[in-house]
Amino acid sequence: MLVRFFLDLRAAGVPVALNELLLLLEALQAGVARPSALQFYHLARACLVKDERYYDRFDLVFTRSFAGAELTVGQLLAQVPAQWLEHAMARFLSEEEKRRVQALGGWQKLLDTLRERLAEQQGRHSGGNKWIGTGGTSPFGSHGFNPEGIRMGGEGGQRRAVKVWEERAFRNLDDAVELGTRNLKLALRRLRRFAREGAADQLDLPGTIEATARRAGLLDLRLVPQRRNAVKVLLFLDVGGSMDEHVRVCEQLFSAARSEFQHLHYFYFHNCIYERLWQDSQRRAASRIDTTTLLRTYGRAYRVVVVGDASMSPYEITQPGGSIEHWNAEAGAVWLQRLCAAFPHLVWLNPAPTRQWEYGQSIQLVRELLGGRMFPLTLAGLDQAIAALRRAAVTPLAPPPPPAATPVTSAGDSSAP
Amino acid sequence: MTTQRFSGTDRYVATDDLTLAVNAAITLGRPLLIKGEPGTGKTQLAQEIATSLGCPLFEWHIKSTSKAQQGLYEYDAVSRLRDSQLGDARVHDIGNYIVKGRLWEAFRSEQRPVLLIDEIDKADIEFPNDLLRELDRMEFYVYETRELVQARQRPIVLITSNNEKELPDAFLRRCFFHYIRFPDEATMRAIVAVHFPDLKQELLSQALATFFEVRGTAGLKKKPSTSELLDWIKLLLAEDIAPEVLRGDDSRKLIPALHGALLKNEQDVQLFEQLVFMHRRAR
Repeated sequence: MLVRFFLDLRAAGVPVALNELLLLLEALQAGVARPSALQFYHLARACLVKDERYYDRFDLVFTRSFAGAELTVGQLLAQVPAQWLEHAMARFLSEEEKRRVQALGGWQKLLDTLRERLAEQQGRHSGGNKWIGTGGTSPFGSHGFNPEGIRMGGEGGQRRAVKVWEERAFRNLDDAVELGTRNLKLALRRLRRFAREGAADQLDLPGTIEATARRAGLLDLRLVPQRRNAVKVLLFLDVGGSMDEHVRVCEQLFSAARSEFQHLHYFYFHNCIYERLWQDSQRRAASRIDTTTLLRTYGRAYRVVVVGDASMSPYEITQPGGSIEHWNAEAGAVWLQRLCAAFPHLVWLNPAPTRQWEYGQSIQLVRELLGGRMFPLTLAGLDQAIAALRRAAVTPLAPPPPPAATPVTSAGDSSAP
Repeated sequence: MTTQRFSGTDRYVATDDLTLAVNAAITLGRPLLIKGEPGTGKTQLAQEIATSLGCPLFEWHIKSTSKAQQGLYEYDAVSRLRDSQLGDARVHDIGNYIVKGRLWEAFRSEQRPVLLIDEIDKADIEFPNDLLRELDRMEFYVYETRELVQARQRPIVLITSNNEKELPDAFLRRCFFHYIRFPDEATMRAIVAVHFPDLKQELLSQALATFFEVRGTAGLKKKPSTSELLDWIKLLLAEDIAPEVLRGDDSRKLIPALHGALLKNEQDVQLFEQLVFMHRRAR
């Protein structure tokens, strides 16, 4: 059951690894959590999720996997824990109570009965959140399941256990970014990542002193390479059509980016990214590059900035063959997903005013596909975008399909799959 | 194993999930990574754990120039060089020039210590990676003296981060993680009650209402946090401000008294003034 849950988490794009699952099991075995669903939820979250942006997804999967919490505890008991329960009980029961437990036939018997009881209750309480111990006749109620210790339900002043994750209180944190100030170039400058690369040609004074001292005063000169801006940027620009009105601001951004980044590559597209881009907007036919080639050529370390107003017919995104210029065998959405998967550091800058966004269906679509990483092409928006670029995106929900094996050969190809 | 358990202190209100995460970290001896908005008591948590369990606390505050090595030890080669020039006898023992770092000190502790690594995201990206083995095995090797330093008692390690940089996966996998949510009103009441036990109910309700209203304002650059609320209440008490003043029905006053404690940015104050003004006119 836990393994199933673990696999579901991975499928939902929460980056969990095997040793985190083992950590959770270890913690359960050590009796860190009392056997209540709420405690299990908190413990599982602390063990498996390492970034608050994934809390929301974790909550979703948790709800899905453990829908009907009765089931959870029953099955958990069946799997993990004779030891665990024993451990917990030993801690909370007094000597006298332990003796009375023995009188009932020992731990094993007690546990068996508990399991039976749980199995029975699955049928009877489908909507409730108390699994055991409501009736006064249960041996469990009368034999020291004190409300502070082994509480099987979520009662007792707490909010109902199930509700805590069903609330999805962390929804807002999914990809929240902070605002900042500064102007266009300064904003881009924040993307710099300094690294020492290349030939060592600068005197490293602290290093020299250190090395000289280590050699008891014999001079030992140390050199280091110069610090250079090592950030690599890919810029995708939407040209033509509705972008014409935003030409000026795009030009400004482009020139600022060119002077700021040493490693800058730029490509053009129209409306939405499909299987081909071009490197020179004047000579489209000659300067084509396959998007798959591009995805292979540039590594995950590249920061990707897409500039476009994302204003088009929704079909251009959702449908194969939706492009207004050529027949595209795969929908724009598929290509956008691939792009997101290949480049975790990706933002979309939109020159269209923010107030128009909610009216543009295509803008909403693109935003959703990018997991909200679309920002207005204003100073504040750029700042937000840069902040977002500094952190990798959460992995996309559905892993995108692998690129087509055979690239589509001609623009007029109409052999749709 | 002795069962040390943490359950908040009389000066610190810990929610259930936080308590659980702390106890998991204590029981399994793994580091606990704490994130959360500034001012939600991340750093204070370590101090409270240390007080409540009666352990010594070792704090290591990270700066942008911090190196992982500094937390272990530093070899003071320069003073050794100087001593050798002066013919000091100490120079023959290299151990005299090994300066212990915070981690080493924590490892030396007879009692199980609490080690706080504060604001780990301030340091270089590689910093957490350099501490992997040290935090995993709780031991490190001193190359100069060929000595293996091992922890006498596995420290309770608390790491705080403000999210400025992403931490490497390998590091994250070894930690428990907890994100301190901004407290809801009930928790906030408990927190204020802990700090100001004899605050009048009326003033508290009014102050909290105002506080959550300010916090709820969309578009603030810096939302006020718990520590700012506490400062503000302290000011209100010092100035002896009556609850009625806070209620804000007074049309002459646009923004709450002593707002400077809550809003730390002139753009925010302006925005808030504007919103309040529009709101008033609408009524």
